[in-house]
Amino acid sequence: MSDNNFKTHISVQNLNVHYGKNHILKNINIDIPDKKLTAIIGPSGCGKTTLLKSFNRLLDTSQSPMVTGKVVVNGENIFDPKVEITHLRKKMGLLSQRPYPLPMSIYDNVAYGPKIHGLRGKKNIDEIVEHYLRKASLWEEVKDRLHTPAVRLSIGQQQRLCMARGLAVEPDIILGDEPTSALDPHSTQSIEAMFNSLKENYTIIVVTHILRQARRIADYIMFMYMGELIEHGPAEQILDDPKEKMTKEYIQGIIS
Amino acid sequence: MKKLRFIEEKIFRIIMPLATSLILLSLVLIIYTIVTKGMASLSWSMITETPKGGFYMGKEGGVLNAIIGSILLACGAVLIAVIISIPIVLYMNVYQRGNTKMMNLVRLCFDVLWGIPSIVYGAFGFTIMLYFGMKTSLLAGIITVSLFILPVIIRTMDEVFKTVPKELLDASYSLGATKFETAFKVVIRYGFSGLMTAILIAFGRGIGDAASVLFTAGYSDSIPTSLNEPVATLPLAIFFQLGTPIPEVKGRAYASALILTIFIMVISIISRYITKRFNRYK
Repeated sequence: MSDNNFKTHISVQNLNVHYGKNHILKNINIDIPDKKLTAIIGPSGCGKTTLLKSFNRLLDTSQSPMVTGKVVVNGENIFDPKVEITHLRKKMGLLSQRPYPLPMSIYDNVAYGPKIHGLRGKKNIDEIVEHYLRKASLWEEVKDRLHTPAVRLSIGQQQRLCMARGLAVEPDIILGDEPTSALDPHSTQSIEAMFNSLKENYTIIVVTHILRQARRIADYIMFMYMGELIEHGPAEQILDDPKEKMTKEYIQGIIS
Repeated sequence: MKKLRFIEEKIFRIIMPLATSLILLSLVLIIYTIVTKGMASLSWSMITETPKGGFYMGKEGGVLNAIIGSILLACGAVLIAVIISIPIVLYMNVYQRGNTKMMNLVRLCFDVLWGIPSIVYGAFGFTIMLYFGMKTSLLAGIITVSLFILPVIIRTMDEVFKTVPKELLDASYSLGATKFETAFKVVIRYGFSGLMTAILIAFGRGIGDAASVLFTAGYSDSIPTSLNEPVATLPLAIFFQLGTPIPEVKGRAYASALILTIFIMVISIISRYITKRFNRYK
């Protein structure tokens, strides 16, 4: 995609994923732009989440996935057996459909990542926790109860906590798997606002099936259907002037 | 036809509370029996003294040897069983989580082990002892009881660890955690109440079992000073004392039963409390 002047961060080359007999991702090729928000849209079961999870290699191992092709991040194919998986995952924060706070306090949720990667010293950890809770605009709401269980937060607060937890390990990429689908409109708004400010420094990839959300937040859009990447391009072009008939029908609501 | 449906509804409504009260009644009767028959023999010396000369003729002394013996045996067995079961349960629920078919087979094996009567474990422990030339001892008892409670601990923990959502594991992995870190920092914490419940249920079963220790731990009138000495246990104390024709000794059997029952009741109350207390992170 040299017609758009962007830098590539993730380059997907001939990616195929099979779960047993099911061909889930069919020959995906795309360059995902650096420091932009890319939305993956498409109907349920089209392989959006599988594509997202193949980026940090969290594919469902119970279904014995078979992967061919390459995903190149920072010049390195992530499926190369030499790649250290913990390092790869540290570079990609994940926001799931529902927030899953770790079974510990608010403070420990944020400190968990930095600690396992070797951060020591109470003062350092205190600073990190405050910094990232502020970044996720949660600090003011929780600063007086940092040591209470994270599950007592509201679901919207939990999702922001998961954001802080993910950012605390200093990733370059943020992956969101329909991260607002369980949230109320207010919390959705705050997550979207966060994405908008974070994309200056991070490459963000968000799976969504809400077209209006894609319109609000995306710089770049990929449309998938039945495991195939049908079309991709800058957000306005895909939403307002799609080239493919299928994209057009999806955006007009004829297929879903 | 319509009438029949109403009749079956009515009959079942009578059967349900009847069955429940029958079980509650038997609990009350058991406690009533051991209290009325044992209370008279329950004295301070029963729980603070070991058997003195002529104890089995109904003279002075108590069952401190069996109380201490039972606690040592159950604690030792639970310790060994926990150390072995934690890697097993984490293997089943973290490392092999996707491998449902194989793990269900493994679960079936543990269920079979759970169902084997404790006397069979006792006999098994005994043959192993013979092989190694060991005598009846605290150590042999601990090993046998730990084998007998292992499936209990494993399956009780497993039932809780199974409920850890896959997404929670993924959340930990996506922060760059290894499976080991995820297992010990996330899964154990999430299932801590299950771990505690498992320990206490196993402790209760271990401390209350007579058949598995009969040939392995033996019996002694003194408190053991090493792992190689035979040790008395409360269930066997009850068994032996009940077998005598002397009424005072029989009374003491019921008193020992009362001590054991109180012990187990306290443990179940603690386990309920702990389960509630540690569920707060879920």
